[in-house]
Amino acid sequence: MADIAIKKKRPKNLDLPTIRLPLPGILSILHRISGAVLFLLLPVLLWLFQQSLASPETYAVAKAVTSNFLVKLILLGLIWLYMHHFCAGIRYLLLDLHKGIELEAARFSSKVVFAVSIALTVIIGAKVLL
Amino acid sequence: MINRIVVGAGYGLKDWIAQRATALVMAVYTLILLVTLGALSPSSFEAWRSIFSNGFMQFMTFLFFISLFWHVWIGIRDIWMDYVKPDGLRLVLMIATAAALIGYAGWAAKILWRL
Repeated sequence: MADIAIKKKRPKNLDLPTIRLPLPGILSILHRISGAVLFLLLPVLLWLFQQSLASPETYAVAKAVTSNFLVKLILLGLIWLYMHHFCAGIRYLLLDLHKGIELEAARFSSKVVFAVSIALTVIIGAKVLL
Repeated sequence: MINRIVVGAGYGLKDWIAQRATALVMAVYTLILLVTLGALSPSSFEAWRSIFSNGFMQFMTFLFFISLFWHVWIGIRDIWMDYVKPDGLRLVLMIATAAALIGYAGWAAKILWRL
């Protein structure tokens, strides 16, 4: 009986370009990508942190590096990745506590994560990079 | 009901908890740092350095780094387990990741202990 049930034709949609990932899905994959990118850039960030603290001379080096427009743009991107990972992570902690696990609530909270993380990125970016 | 056959040890619960505990430590540190930076607006080397040479912040920053590297270990290991199927390559990537993170921990200690 079980075999018959499995062999029955079921509708399939594996046309990947036409499958739209819902916002919580985009949040999820960005959570992973942001973590991976931040991991890959750890040596650069540690180096920058070291330069900024070691001596007045190395502080000047760190300042010179981070005053470059392209570097500022990259740092702004990293601030966003960090803030996304931070906000999405808090959402996951709440989901772990079974808060907001209904579909509507989960969709809404994913919108909140994007809004808050982008707002924080703008505020912190303006404060630190301008 | 899930009937799991219990053999051996390690179902990932320890890592699951560690991932969340380290995340909480980092979240709290992030808020402390943002408030500190917002309040002090350090614009010179002395002001910047004094934030991290303060005993409490030095301790918290080191705690942040250790939490970060532990958290990264769990997350990156999950990525290798999800996407890298050949066992040998996966093992090499895991060892390289662990080695890098242990090295970073030493590096972070060196940065902070000189302050």
